[in-house]
Amino acid sequence: MIPSIPQPKFYKGLYSGYITLFFIYLSAPLIVVGVFAFNDSLFPSMPWEGATLAWFFGTEGPYIGIFNDSKLLESIGVSAFVAFWVTVLSVTVGTCNAFLFERSQFPGKNLLYIVSLSPLVIPGVILGISILVFSNAIANGVEEAIGWDLEFLRPGLFLVIIGQFAFITTITTLVISARLRKFDISLEEAALNLGASRRAALWTVTIPFLKPALVGAGIVAFLMSFENFNTTLMLVGSDAPLTIAMFDRLKQGSTPVLNALSLLLMVVSGGLALLSVFVQRDKTS
Amino acid sequence: MADQFDLECRNVVKKFDDFTAVDDISLAIPKGSFFSILGPSGCGKTTLLRMLAGFQAPTSGDILIKGASVLGVPPNRRPVNMVFQHLALFPMMNVAENVAYGLKRRGVNKATIAQKVNETLARVGLPDSGPKQISQLSGGQKQRIAIARCLVLDPAVLLLDEPLGALDLKLREHMKVELKQLQHEIGTTFVYITHDQSEALVMSDQVAVMNAGRFEQVGAPQDLYYNPQTAFVAGFVGESNRWHGVVGGGNEHQVEINLAAGGKVVAKRDANAALKDGQAVDVFVRPEAIAIDGEGAVDNTLSAKVENVLFNGAASSLQVRETTTGHEMTVALPQTGAFASVKAGDNINLSWSFEQTRCFAASDSGATA
Amino acid sequence: MSNGTSVKGGGTFCFGLLLLAFPLLLWLFLLVVLPHIDLFLVSMRERISYGKYEFSLINYIEFFSEPLYWNTYVRTAVMSIFATFLTLVIGFPVSYYIAKFMRGKGKNVLFLMCLIPFWVSELVRTFGWMILLRESGVVSNFLQWSGIADGPVEMLYNDATIMVGLVYTSMLFMIVPLVSVLDSLDDSLIEAGYDLGGNGFTVTRDIVIPHAMPGIASGCIVVFMLTLGNYLTPNLLGGKDSLWFTEQIYTQFITRFNWESGSAFGFLLLVLSSLIVWVGLKLSKQTLSETVG
Repeated sequence: MIPSIPQPKFYKGLYSGYITLFFIYLSAPLIVVGVFAFNDSLFPSMPWEGATLAWFFGTEGPYIGIFNDSKLLESIGVSAFVAFWVTVLSVTVGTCNAFLFERSQFPGKNLLYIVSLSPLVIPGVILGISILVFSNAIANGVEEAIGWDLEFLRPGLFLVIIGQFAFITTITTLVISARLRKFDISLEEAALNLGASRRAALWTVTIPFLKPALVGAGIVAFLMSFENFNTTLMLVGSDAPLTIAMFDRLKQGSTPVLNALSLLLMVVSGGLALLSVFVQRDKTS
Repeated sequence: MADQFDLECRNVVKKFDDFTAVDDISLAIPKGSFFSILGPSGCGKTTLLRMLAGFQAPTSGDILIKGASVLGVPPNRRPVNMVFQHLALFPMMNVAENVAYGLKRRGVNKATIAQKVNETLARVGLPDSGPKQISQLSGGQKQRIAIARCLVLDPAVLLLDEPLGALDLKLREHMKVELKQLQHEIGTTFVYITHDQSEALVMSDQVAVMNAGRFEQVGAPQDLYYNPQTAFVAGFVGESNRWHGVVGGGNEHQVEINLAAGGKVVAKRDANAALKDGQAVDVFVRPEAIAIDGEGAVDNTLSAKVENVLFNGAASSLQVRETTTGHEMTVALPQTGAFASVKAGDNINLSWSFEQTRCFAASDSGATA
Repeated sequence: MSNGTSVKGGGTFCFGLLLLAFPLLLWLFLLVVLPHIDLFLVSMRERISYGKYEFSLINYIEFFSEPLYWNTYVRTAVMSIFATFLTLVIGFPVSYYIAKFMRGKGKNVLFLMCLIPFWVSELVRTFGWMILLRESGVVSNFLQWSGIADGPVEMLYNDATIMVGLVYTSMLFMIVPLVSVLDSLDDSLIEAGYDLGGNGFTVTRDIVIPHAMPGIASGCIVVFMLTLGNYLTPNLLGGKDSLWFTEQIYTQFITRFNWESGSAFGFLLLVLSSLIVWVGLKLSKQTLSETVG
């Protein structure tokens, strides 16, 4: 049960064995994806044909490496663009929400809080289609009424950004609220007492306190956006973000260039994840 | 007869890697007594208690409960129960369910459980609190439920791990008396660990003073207070004035000590402490043993200047500075109010008998109370 | 609210509050509330001709009269519940190990090891399973090499594989709340349980699980929701016959361009997920804001 309760060695061994198995289960798919990035074969599968870096740097077909695959590179750019805007928007709105929920009282606050949590329990596909249907209705309405064709309300990057923003904001709100809740309001009062204006107190005391959460929420938002599939699938237009482009390749059957790309993604997102953990680690408490 | 002791430890040692938490402890606790283990934090008392409960296994030595070794017996089968430091009442159950928990585990039938739970709740003075949630109880009530939860199982020994630590001062004072009374009524053997000397002194039949993994002295509270056997006990139990000095002669009853700060005191020579001339010693005198401007014993006298009057009702005292050596001392004010007019800056004469003065070979352990 | 309100006076405060609430209201109403209302309205209409619609229940009638839709719906729900259950059963001992057996640094490392795989896109993880399980994959080759199988073994495209993928992909969302709730369980409660005569089973049943209930509820809700709404894993690991309800929605919307029927399906999925989440909350006596907030 816990180390202080004596247990037979057999059970302890069994338990450790289970944990080991679990971590093998957890890491196996990622390891094979990484390993097959170096397989000198046209398909990401057995048998092992020897090691190559062609899937990273290759220039001649069919051995086109990830750094020379213009379509995939382009989709990385698209994803980064989307993720950037989603991050900026969701962290900004998330911060406002955190202050609103943690610092003020107003009628209907609880209801509003519940509603703002709801994107977490709405399946991504449904969030996608509901935004698709609604934006389409607005676009059609505007077109009929005044004859303008609001192109950005049709499937495309704008809708993808909006759709991802819709649920990622819930997450940034929760992360930032959690930090703001720990903030001792008397620190702000002390700043006011020492002659700071409200605005100055906010910028010199409260926001620096929130910084780890803001950076952490930003990283989380960026990664979630970069890797989002379900909502994006429903809202995407002609410019495909990375997940959609990879999905299409995967369905058609692709060369190990996908492994190479995945390995790079793993390294980058793993690094970002570690970073967010360290940023959010509270040094003061 | 082994079974006149509810609990016995024989040469129990517990090592964590290189650190020896409990160092060769032997004890025997007679049936029905209230036994306290008193020591500063980190002295190994919690480790010892957890070994008794079965949450830690001794590195060597033996533990016997009612005459039978319990080494290798898991905690759920030991006939001892524990009141945890933070009580560990189950918040997911109500009061009655908490008290009934152990009985249910024994497979006692429902009617008996209900009856026993009610009896036990009545015994701790909370007869109607069964349906209450744990969070609805006050600190003192939680305390009693935690004890009731153990008592209902009729344990051979009840172990208590500083259960009063979390309470506020007033309640703690009250619970001390209550616990002692409760133990007296039910007659179960209590083993109580604490770092608070007043808890140990007030409640216990026997107190073991523990330091650095060893028992310094085991005895009745009065014994510890009036006849400490080591410097640690003298310093840790009760208030004391303490000096460092060097033995400079004496006879078979007395030791003369030259203090490091200058001056000389005469102390009682303990039969078991063979002190040689020139040996470094610690000298202890209780604040209440010192008479102000008094008659009577004049084995030790000095004059001092009052620095502070610490008025605290019956426990009032003076902080004084010795005129010649500049040594600070605390002197208890007699409760008669005879010196109510003493104020800071006054010069007073102090005196006390050699019999009230203890000296021990100097130790490194710097603990003072 | 703080003293600031009284200092600054009512008018300014109200204005500030409105300014702060503005993004929230825009976000919630334009992106969450209104779209879902619209989704419902669209699902309740029928296209008569181009640009002409009429109120109708035809989309729902179609759903209930066509066994394929109906079966896919029930199948998705049942498999999601099962996947949630499996994730809980597999993840609980791991969370318990991390929370109660590990100390200090080792604990953080092990916890991070649990988290990191999930920072990698679901697509990459599913891709990994495909490489492992396909006919020419690692496992199949291993089985042949070790002599357990005579020829290539196809392990993709069946329900068990979908289950493996679903459990894998949701594991994080079970382990994080479980570790945090088990971490908050005081060791002395477990010790007290033993001290009073309990054993591993009764202490787990009476103390550990009741304490962990909020974590279990929140883990299960999120996992269930993610599984129900999953598209990638059933699609890639289950192939053409995976019969996942999100695929039906996709087909209606993108392939057949029948938004009315797609909206009805979407709304039905939403009802299903809300209903099961609600029942789960009731059964575990939790509330939504406690569990996800």
